[in-house]
Amino acid sequence: MVELELYKAMVRARAFELVLAEFWEAGAISGEMHLGTGEEAVAAGVTRHLRSGDAVSLDHRPTPVLTLLGVDLQLMLAEMLGREDGLCRGRGGHMHLFSKTHLAASSGIVGSSGPLAAGFALTAKLLRPGNIAVAFFGEGAMNQGMLMESMNLAVAWKLPLLFVCKDNQWAITTRSVDVTAGSLLERAAGFGLPCQEVDGLDVMAVAETAGDVIGQMRKNPQPFFLLARTSRLDSHQMGDPMRRMAQHPVGEGGKTFGNVTKHLLAPRGSGPVTRIKSLMHLLALLGDSRKDVREHKTDPLFLTRQQLEQAGQDTESIEQDVARQMEQLVDSVQVDSPAGGAHGKHDL
Amino acid sequence: MANMTFSAAIDRAVMEAMAADECVIIMGEDVHMLRSAHYTRFGQQRVFPAPISESSFVGAAVGAAMSGLRPIVEVMLVDFVGVAMDAVLNHMAKIETFSGGKWTCPLVVRTACGGGYGDGGQHEQTLWGMFASIPGLTIVVPSNPADAYGLMKTAIAHDGPVIFLEHKLLSESWLEFLGRLGRQTVAFDVPAAGAQGDVPANMDSLPFGQAIVRRTGNALTIVSLGVGLHRALEAADQLAEHGVDCEVIDLRCLQPLDARTVIESVSKTGRLLVVDEDYKSCGLSGELAAIVLESGLSPHYARVCLEQTIPYARHLEAEALPNTQRIVEAALRLAAGEKQRDV
Ligand SMILES: Cc1ncc(C[n+]2csc(CCOP(=O)(O)OP(=O)(O)O)c2C)c(N)n1
Ligand SMILES: [Mg+2]
Repeated sequence: MVELELYKAMVRARAFELVLAEFWEAGAISGEMHLGTGEEAVAAGVTRHLRSGDAVSLDHRPTPVLTLLGVDLQLMLAEMLGREDGLCRGRGGHMHLFSKTHLAASSGIVGSSGPLAAGFALTAKLLRPGNIAVAFFGEGAMNQGMLMESMNLAVAWKLPLLFVCKDNQWAITTRSVDVTAGSLLERAAGFGLPCQEVDGLDVMAVAETAGDVIGQMRKNPQPFFLLARTSRLDSHQMGDPMRRMAQHPVGEGGKTFGNVTKHLLAPRGSGPVTRIKSLMHLLALLGDSRKDVREHKTDPLFLTRQQLEQAGQDTESIEQDVARQMEQLVDSVQVDSPAGGAHGKHDL
Repeated sequence: MANMTFSAAIDRAVMEAMAADECVIIMGEDVHMLRSAHYTRFGQQRVFPAPISESSFVGAAVGAAMSGLRPIVEVMLVDFVGVAMDAVLNHMAKIETFSGGKWTCPLVVRTACGGGYGDGGQHEQTLWGMFASIPGLTIVVPSNPADAYGLMKTAIAHDGPVIFLEHKLLSESWLEFLGRLGRQTVAFDVPAAGAQGDVPANMDSLPFGQAIVRRTGNALTIVSLGVGLHRALEAADQLAEHGVDCEVIDLRCLQPLDARTVIESVSKTGRLLVVDEDYKSCGLSGELAAIVLESGLSPHYARVCLEQTIPYARHLEAEALPNTQRIVEAALRLAAGEKQRDV
């Protein structure tokens, strides 16, 4: 049953994200960690229709798609632990994951998945007719010139390139609507791209739309723009300062807002109305950021589970299966002799 | 005298400049939050949160600067300046020359740089040598709060484009935002004297192009900047125990470069060791060698630089970046090399 398979894919993707979260919290994964929690329905719905020879370019939340493309989870986890036996020998890290066998590449430069996928699509068109390329990116990336240019390129060159915009309405602490002109669908349509909007929290809807579109693209190479509304269930990144401030207004917030209060009243500067407006804006953002949590109505996993349960399906055995796999995964990296010395072994 | 963090010192210089001159504005991604105090005090007419469009808003800063404003344009990490390179390379750097000196471009590109917190090779570069190779740009790399404050004041008042590089191991706010993120489970080798320090109350701007001797010695000159400077000072302490008495110079600016201070020191010590967190090839370290050669000196020379794409793994990263041990070893070889020749 398609629904159950999609659900299983989403559960797997989520579970791996949560494993990463744990290792990150424990300090075993360094740097930033942008989880893809909230994007699982998009990842599952699109990757379901990909096949060998298709290529994928990813942004700073690459792991759900890589997980569902079948990249070895142990290799990926070992990579993020900085180990020689990792996917990229510990050289890449979580924003720079590459799997040549899956033709999947990621990058931390916002917007860069567009041009890369254009190149992948060109190769597909010339060397592997019937194959396609997919670019995943956020709505914030839609303001990056290189991404818009690659839309033009894809249309002008008739490239089999599926642009998948994951619209979670945020770019770090910015509400994207505040810095984005016009509508994203109309923008893409302005390039002559066929477009469609889909509820990115509804895995069946994503899968159906992606299936239709990708089927057409294989027969008749041309680009397509898919706008999927998603959510950001763990804020921009793990340990996100804005979220910490929102959750601990006195401790964390006090540090930042102490300085703000001081300058709210300082002589010279804008008038009181402008200052109050700025302050209200900041407080509103903090308030909004409190919604970046795994709450049910924006959680694709929860929504799908609810549907399946209502249809009398057994979701629990899927969850247990996946949980077992993840336990084995965690054990496997902890038992293995770590190549990364002190950075290889961790107690969770 | 006030004791403050590196990032607070820069923020203060910006705050004072904005209070003194209405033409000073800030633009960049998330600046409403990153500079929340400035945003509150000066509002949306002076602090502009930008879309993720670096090529456009850095380019716009050039136009704004040419037509009367004094923008401080923030590009979160210097790695992302790659996206805006045309505005830097072909525009802000060229306006003054192209206009026969009749039109200037007073802007500051404020951007965080540097590694040491495990964020990978696309988020930890320094790239200052690449910028410094372009005529028309001023490149500033402070190593402590007082210098950061004084140099930012000068940068804002300057009539040309300045790239102001804020090292993330010195800048508590960036390190928190990109490396620690509230965790007690991670540790970083932060040079304490660079991350926090006194900024004299009466301190004003600090002129560009003035290197400073941080430690005097006769056996060997170490030239560095940013975090490398602190690693060099630490190495110099260890080298003293080996009987190698080092002079350590903090460049503070790459462009203009204070060749005189370097040459004076090298003419005394006869040995030059460059510690540079930027890439080794075709950059600052080679440039310093050329400068001393051109001055007629022929010192013994070595360098400790970054020679590869910064690896993500913390232990590999620690080896790739100039660290104290690499500096000590290079200095000992340099010192021993000449002794052998003396025999
Ligand atoms: C060229 C570039 N500019 C800025 C950044 C810093 N940055 C990292 S993620 C991000 C926000 C991206 O927003 P969006 O594309 O909507 O993706 P989301 O994080 O919401 O999934 C920014 C500005 C970057 N990595 N690259
Ligand atoms: Mg977004």
